[in-house]
Amino acid sequence: MNDLKGLCSQVRRDIVRMVHAVNSGHPGGSLGCTEYFVALYGDIMKYDAKNFTMDGVGEDLFFLSNGHISPVYYSTLARMDFFPVEELNTFRKIDSRLQGHPTTHEGLPGIRIASGSLGQGMSVAIGAAEAKKLNNDDRTVFSLHGDGELQEGQIWEAAMYAAGNKVDNLICTIDANGQQIDGSTDDVLPMGSIGAKFEAFGWDVMTIEKGNDLDSVIAGLNEAKSRTGKGKPVCVVMKTEMGAGVDFMMGTHKWHGVAPNDEQLAEALAQNPETLSDY
Amino acid sequence: MKYTDSGSKDTRSGFGAGLHELGKSNENVVALCADLTGSLKMDAFKNDFPDRFFQTGIAEANMMGIAAGMTIGGKIPFTGTFANFSTGRVYDQIRQSIAYSGKNVKICASHAGLTLGEDGATHQILEDIGLMKMLPGMTVISPCDYNQTKAATIAIADYDGPVYLRFGRPKVANFTNPDEKFEIGKAQMLKEGKDVTIIANGHLVWEALQAADALEAKGVNAEVINIHTIKPLDDAAILASIRKTGCVVTAEEHQRNGGLGDSVAQLLASSTPTPQEFVAVNDSFGESGKPADLLVKYGLSKENIVAAAEKVMVRK
Repeated sequence: MNDLKGLCSQVRRDIVRMVHAVNSGHPGGSLGCTEYFVALYGDIMKYDAKNFTMDGVGEDLFFLSNGHISPVYYSTLARMDFFPVEELNTFRKIDSRLQGHPTTHEGLPGIRIASGSLGQGMSVAIGAAEAKKLNNDDRTVFSLHGDGELQEGQIWEAAMYAAGNKVDNLICTIDANGQQIDGSTDDVLPMGSIGAKFEAFGWDVMTIEKGNDLDSVIAGLNEAKSRTGKGKPVCVVMKTEMGAGVDFMMGTHKWHGVAPNDEQLAEALAQNPETLSDY
Repeated sequence: MKYTDSGSKDTRSGFGAGLHELGKSNENVVALCADLTGSLKMDAFKNDFPDRFFQTGIAEANMMGIAAGMTIGGKIPFTGTFANFSTGRVYDQIRQSIAYSGKNVKICASHAGLTLGEDGATHQILEDIGLMKMLPGMTVISPCDYNQTKAATIAIADYDGPVYLRFGRPKVANFTNPDEKFEIGKAQMLKEGKDVTIIANGHLVWEALQAADALEAKGVNAEVINIHTIKPLDDAAILASIRKTGCVVTAEEHQRNGGLGDSVAQLLASSTPTPQEFVAVNDSFGESGKPADLLVKYGLSKENIVAAAEKVMVRK
């Protein structure tokens, strides 16, 4: 567990260094989901990083629907040995497998679908979960979605399908940070209770109150796993803070898609000690 | 060889029959439908393979995403809905989750074009081939009759990659050999000739054969080629024919912009500039009416093909 907490610090360093190096990318949501990724790949999921296969038979699968938080995804995959950590240097540069938004197109191990255009990942996760059922594969499919992303209509087509068809090997987590590009979700398009909406659609809904506390996230995802296989898809409303771990990026939507300058990078790194080696 | 109509059948039933065959022969084939099971003739598959049939309701975007996800785990999903809802409505889902992601999804689209008939322009998509052929890596197929649609449906299951398969609603002539294997990307020579090449696909292949007969009566020896695969295009077959005839008419139930004729024109312009006339819908929406009447009104009848052939031969 201590190792994983240290890993969170290192992943945060990777995130800010990656976006700083190319002066582009999305640090806010990435930082806010750091504990989720570290918990998922460091504790919850069963997978074989060294022998990645697209089909992932016998493994748990993860789909990132809000693809713009690729920095936290790439850092976690690299730190878990899907590909060399040094490759994080190529993020968003020409000829890289680490595209601005995740893609299968360049063959990066760990990625099973392109995402970036929002609202599509829940449908894909449902499809993969249905395929697992057909294959008598009892592993679980995880997906992550932004709260702002729930404004896309396809999400609700998918939510209706998953409950109606008892896709109960699926755990969809909502990164409830209350922020999106133009401002707070309440200002842009008030959504009311996300949990109540999924409940009304027939999902088993639970909440992780402290989405930036690693122990809480691990406990919450274990709880979610225990709720699978019971006839309902599971929705985890995970409350996080955009920019978590870098004090001046927190509590605002302003760092959704803006990279830090040199000074800001130094400040962010000072708040997150190097625990593994920087890439 | 002279082609004769063995009895009118709808191409969508060819799809349904092909899909049912695949259900028996390939356990990885799964089918998804957005509340149009009867229209798409997917009932036989649904009844005999219920565990592999997925009803998504009227939610095409979700259907495309689920199909993409099902390939992860080795399934070969065939989606079924009308051509309009198979393409325009879900373009971004196809673009990102299927084409860019390189997923082995077969997008099967019925009721394409004007010959959908009475439902009118909201459903008569005439832009679908253009939309699909612009997507990198997408294979685009528009077979000409029941037999060929059945064969194409079976053939695309063995090809690894995204495919758009377009067919239609009305009963039309069924004239190709039921035993002929379908080869993706391979032109089908239907009638050899030396004066003018007529390249057609979909429902207009039969019109093209009728037009060739009419031209023959006027002393014009037309060659008729079925380019059922718009992408990848059979460049060699088209160029070989053009070398012989020196002019071409393309005929399709689609907009001129983005269709078969446009693909042929690109090939010819960059290789062998050749006089070409286009039998296609010219920057217009369709309307309600009987299929045959609509083909006449929008300039897609055999008479239009004859006129285009006579016109293009003068330009040689």
